[in-house]
Amino acid sequence: MNWIEVFLIPFIKSLVLILALLTGFAYMTYYERKVLARFHVRYGPNRAGPFGLLQPVADAIKAIFKEEIIPAHVDKWVYLAAPVLALIPALIAFAVIPIGPDLNLFGRQVSLYIADVNIGFLYVLAVASVGTYGVILAGWSSNNNYSLLGALRTAAQMVSYELPLGIILVAVVLTTSLATGEGSLSLVGLVQQERPWWVWLWLWVAFPIFFICMLAETNRSPFDLPETENELVAGFQTEYGGIKFALFFMAEYIHMITASAIMATVFFGGWQGPFVDRWPALGILYFVVKVILVLFLFLWVRASVPRVRYDQLMHFCWKFLFPVSLVYLAITAVLVALL
Amino acid sequence: MQLVLFFVLALLAVAGAVGVVLSKNAVYSALALLLNFAVLAVFYIMLNAQFLGVVQVIVYAGAIVVLFLFVIMLIGGQLAPDALTAGSRRPARVVALIAGLVALAGLAYGLVSGALAPQTGQVQGSGSVQAIGRVLFTDYLLPFELASVLLLVAMIGAVVLARKPTKS
Repeated sequence: MNWIEVFLIPFIKSLVLILALLTGFAYMTYYERKVLARFHVRYGPNRAGPFGLLQPVADAIKAIFKEEIIPAHVDKWVYLAAPVLALIPALIAFAVIPIGPDLNLFGRQVSLYIADVNIGFLYVLAVASVGTYGVILAGWSSNNNYSLLGALRTAAQMVSYELPLGIILVAVVLTTSLATGEGSLSLVGLVQQERPWWVWLWLWVAFPIFFICMLAETNRSPFDLPETENELVAGFQTEYGGIKFALFFMAEYIHMITASAIMATVFFGGWQGPFVDRWPALGILYFVVKVILVLFLFLWVRASVPRVRYDQLMHFCWKFLFPVSLVYLAITAVLVALL
Repeated sequence: MQLVLFFVLALLAVAGAVGVVLSKNAVYSALALLLNFAVLAVFYIMLNAQFLGVVQVIVYAGAIVVLFLFVIMLIGGQLAPDALTAGSRRPARVVALIAGLVALAGLAYGLVSGALAPQTGQVQGSGSVQAIGRVLFTDYLLPFELASVLLLVAMIGAVVLARKPTKS
């Protein structure tokens, strides 16, 4: 058995990916604070290092050296497991996302994804559905009414918004069969496929719906109902402090990066771009730029839209997004059948 | 390699199943159930049935156990033991014992008679999404549609039950 192919290369790839994501998280907080500051006509962090670039490092050191407090009234094991359960799905979703085309590294053909599985789309949905547990268990184990309310809201919110999300993804899968006649559920295959311009236009029609669902899935403003500071005092995170709070923070931001990567891959061609054929390394750059642009949308929405009420959130999902996504799926199915 | 993996996972699955029954706290039971479902999903993938594996995670781990937790949190899992006193539990115990023995006998019969022996000469890629989709929409179209109608009826029933009664 070729152990280099089977164990060593995936291991190194995973390690690099996780390190990149953690660094990405650190600078995502910086990015968010700077962008929000611009929206508020402020400067944002600018004291630690040039342009405040060392601010994430300072924050990390502060979080690590804070005193570990485990409140006496919590359910200890579940309380400690919850932040981990929140973080893991955010990290492993990246396994099926292609970051760039195949590269020649050290005389070896290296693919820039961890797994090209034929169930890529389903894998994304499965990981998204498991992501709920961290928040629910955190809320329950905290033994605190505010936390429990936040957790229950999360459960309802995430289960509801997964429906339109999944239906849009089904429509995207349907369009993959247009070019070759054989559809595929692989994200790697999706990026490599050539698609005519009207397919792109039709996909972009669905992008706003998908983006709204992703906002709700990642618990971002205006759908950050699980942690509403002013009515639930940060909801499921109330009883968490120090590095455990930082883990939840990390989970939320890495979820955001993963969601942006999925959207960049599905709707904007992933690593594709001009001159990628000649310099494959350029693909990574295109991918990163696209992810950063989609991330900007998250921040833009946060800076400009107020939080919705909980009943509005549920009505919006079930009475607007869900029917609209069903109609979109039906039209896509007819188009694919006719063409 | 695969055999070792199988035994480790099987041990985990059995531990999860035992945990569901033995733990005092309903939330721990639900978490043990989650462990069991997750290990089952890995088994499906090891058997080359990727679609079933992922669906197992989406439906059971992602939706059903979440709903269990939802209900436990809303109602409170600690109430159950007090509601059932020792006297009222005895008939339930007898029924459960008989049902368990019948299930065990059926399993033993299946193993002895060879009805549960592994299928040989399986088709390549029989667990892939394409293969399952093809079979589902050709050979098993009628049961598939009937099942979807059944689910729809159940959903409409839930909506009717949950609706506020109209003022007369």
